[in-house]
Amino acid sequence: MMYRNDFASGRSCWKPSLVAMLLTLLLGFSLSAMVQAAQDTGGESVAQRIAPVGQVWVEGEPAPETEPVAEVATEEAPVYVAPRPTRKDYPDIGVSSRAVVWILAQMHLFFGALVLAVPLFVLIIELVGQSTGDERYDDMAHEFMKISLTGFSITAIFGGTLALALFVLYPDFMGYMMRVFGAQWIVYAGLFFLESFFLYTYYYGWNAMRYGNLKWLHLTLGLLLNGAGMTIMVMANSWATFMMAPSGVNEVGAIVGNIWEVMKGPLWNPINLHRFIANIAFGGAVVGAYAAFKFLSTRDPAKRAHYDWMGYTSNFIALLAFLPLPFAGYWLMAEIYAYSQQMGITAMGGILAWLFIVQAVLIGTILLAANYYLWAGMSRTEGSSRYQWLIKYIALILVVCFLIWVTPHTLLLSASEIAALGGSHHHYLGPLGIMPAKNIAVNLMLIVTFLSFQLYRRSDKVATVSWAPVGNALLVAIYVVAILNVIFLGIYFGYFTNTVYKVGSSVAQVASTLVVIISGIVIDSLMFRGARTLPSHWGRIPDRAQYALFALPIAFTWLMGLMGYVRSSVKTHWHVYTVMQDNSPDNFIPTIGYAGNMITIVTVLFLLFVLFMFWIANLGSSRQPVPVRAAAMEGVA
Amino acid sequence: MSVLIKTVGFSLGLTLVFTGVANMLPQVEGDAPVDVKVDLSALTMDDFVAMGEDLFNNKGTCTLCHKPAPLGRAPDVQGTNMVAITTERLADERYQGKATDAASYILESMLEPSAYVVAGWGKKGSDDAESPMPAVDKAPIQLSDIEVDAIIAYLQAKDGNEVTVVLPSPDAAAEVAKSDAAPGGAGAAPAPAASGEEAVAKYTCTACHALDNDDTLVGPGLGHVGARLNEGEIRQSIIDPNAVIAEGFPAAMPGDFAEKMTVRELEMIVKLLAEKKQ
Repeated sequence: MMYRNDFASGRSCWKPSLVAMLLTLLLGFSLSAMVQAAQDTGGESVAQRIAPVGQVWVEGEPAPETEPVAEVATEEAPVYVAPRPTRKDYPDIGVSSRAVVWILAQMHLFFGALVLAVPLFVLIIELVGQSTGDERYDDMAHEFMKISLTGFSITAIFGGTLALALFVLYPDFMGYMMRVFGAQWIVYAGLFFLESFFLYTYYYGWNAMRYGNLKWLHLTLGLLLNGAGMTIMVMANSWATFMMAPSGVNEVGAIVGNIWEVMKGPLWNPINLHRFIANIAFGGAVVGAYAAFKFLSTRDPAKRAHYDWMGYTSNFIALLAFLPLPFAGYWLMAEIYAYSQQMGITAMGGILAWLFIVQAVLIGTILLAANYYLWAGMSRTEGSSRYQWLIKYIALILVVCFLIWVTPHTLLLSASEIAALGGSHHHYLGPLGIMPAKNIAVNLMLIVTFLSFQLYRRSDKVATVSWAPVGNALLVAIYVVAILNVIFLGIYFGYFTNTVYKVGSSVAQVASTLVVIISGIVIDSLMFRGARTLPSHWGRIPDRAQYALFALPIAFTWLMGLMGYVRSSVKTHWHVYTVMQDNSPDNFIPTIGYAGNMITIVTVLFLLFVLFMFWIANLGSSRQPVPVRAAAMEGVA
Repeated sequence: MSVLIKTVGFSLGLTLVFTGVANMLPQVEGDAPVDVKVDLSALTMDDFVAMGEDLFNNKGTCTLCHKPAPLGRAPDVQGTNMVAITTERLADERYQGKATDAASYILESMLEPSAYVVAGWGKKGSDDAESPMPAVDKAPIQLSDIEVDAIIAYLQAKDGNEVTVVLPSPDAAAEVAKSDAAPGGAGAAPAPAASGEEAVAKYTCTACHALDNDDTLVGPGLGHVGARLNEGEIRQSIIDPNAVIAEGFPAAMPGDFAEKMTVRELEMIVKLLAEKKQ
């Protein structure tokens, strides 16, 4: 089912289109430069601007007499310190204000993440379609946009409601934030108009700008849509990171820096990167569930083939984005520790430490589901039998590592239990509870997940290059060395040296994993160039495999909720850490059980809204048949 | 419909599994520190030491980092006799502080942690010149002077050493509470300043005002305050700061300097500021 079309004709015209794109960008930059220049001059007259240079007269002639210039009265900008609200300054609405904001913020974030991510990979898929001339990619990209379109409105609705709730429930805090971020709020609101413009022209112009030069214009619209979306995200991130690690203000919260200094706090870029990658994984997982649902709902082989391929692509996107996510997480945590060791330990070793057991369960679920889907998908190709013997070993490693990861370090024990155990920690299992063991487990899980992915990608191909055996041997060697390195570093530096080396060694472990992933991609892409392709049957996959595509978004959604809980909780009893204290009735860190219940509420709410979004997407393409009676009447007439 | 029921059922079931795991774990709530009223007239040294231990483990958040090896990210203070080790640390050539005995060393290590960093525990890349520890009298910990003294008492007492910090009396506590004391004054009434500069430092005026120029910090710069205000007006702006507030500034200046300052200190500050005319 290949649709070769006249995309090729578009390719011959790409140069003028590229020039048009560049001109568009240049125009944008010029406009912003002009605006900047106007701001710099502050709208002064020429005379005012040259005034500071001094008096000017013709050389050799006496200086003209001028009126002394009256000193311009300068008005110093007022300075505001962070407010110190007392308990009575927080409105009481009868239910927990934090719970209200929690639900609204989380829903806004879920949908925000989805609608930021989908256009990103849609643009890439569209570009792939353009470069390969395979119209299936174009159709799939369009379908992805269609199913997420309502999400933009839902995001805006929850965003508006969240803002309203914050202003009503936390007036002092919001007043302070408005002062700190000032005009940035107006820019933020303005970007929504831009994003909406690009969104609607991009989506509704899809078929109108499908070929030739217009396709490049369409891709440019997609790029601008993503540019606006990304800018919105990083601006919103700066509020969250300001609350965690304020910058541009002094110790009493008075603004001492400009807006850029306020925004570029130590955690801003780590959060930007982490959310950017996580959004893609999350978006891929959600649209994968749509494909799985459509796959299960139809018996039509052609449709099943289409939705199987769509589900596979979604899983591919989610998994590819998920693999580097822990490394972005490492960077974020390292920056948190560098900013405040106390904050880092509150998250990782203090009251919130138990949360990471739940995180292990969630990430374990994600990895097991993604691997299972890949293994099940191998049944599509006849060449997969060459690699199926490896699956049981991969599964074994995944399960063992998962169990190590969920092994807690400290247990709440009664005296008799301590006596039975021979101490507060189990003799053999105790060492598995600390981070070095978990670092080994996580890295091995990532390595074998990449192996599953690599085997799947190889299943329908036979390498034809002469150096294939050498390439395979090299890959095996890289896997073996990396796995041994991860285990050695974890054990030696984790158990036989002090904490400083323990943390440092985790970087080398991550590097080993990255080497496997990067070298695997490079070697395979070279080795399978011009490879013989084996038959592949889309749609030939067990129904039960589709449930893995439901497990992924559920686990991702829950995980995002959990990470939101820890990110917010590390601020402890501060609205803005060290600057503005939280004196509301909810200024404590709730228990993990309470947080779990809240996260479940928002996950179920999200599930319901996503179903609504999918339903709306399909409603647009359905048409009511002409009623029988009316049709009969027309026939009589 | 059956597909919808099956998939939604599966999704809800999985969600409940995660919820179950979260509820199976130990449930701990992280309370914000609350102000506790202590009857100082009935306080014994044992109570004071117990108070220090509680602060060390809770509000002070010391045990987040100060744990036994290999779990700690800072030296194991509870497992070390801090009094015994003081001599060794003060004799270390890397020691930069001013402490002379165990109590002043422990105090200094809490208020100025970088004065001496135990080898191997400095900030990454600082070659043990900078400590990752926050000053305990500043945000986010914000221990009071009495609380700091209680921790010193605990660290001295836990290994059977003599407790040398003075038990806070109600009078001293009131004085300390009023002074919102600067570092170094823990537990004792601050001595009167000897000069205008000293008085300015004692009452930390420079936290909010630039003295040598007109730059705005939290309050207006005082570089030329003498040209704007006469001595009477300066005096009034210190003892009753909210009577006249410089335009555009918040009413953020403490209003209790009249109770805190001695007459001599007030006059020295007024004189110092009135001379700032050029």
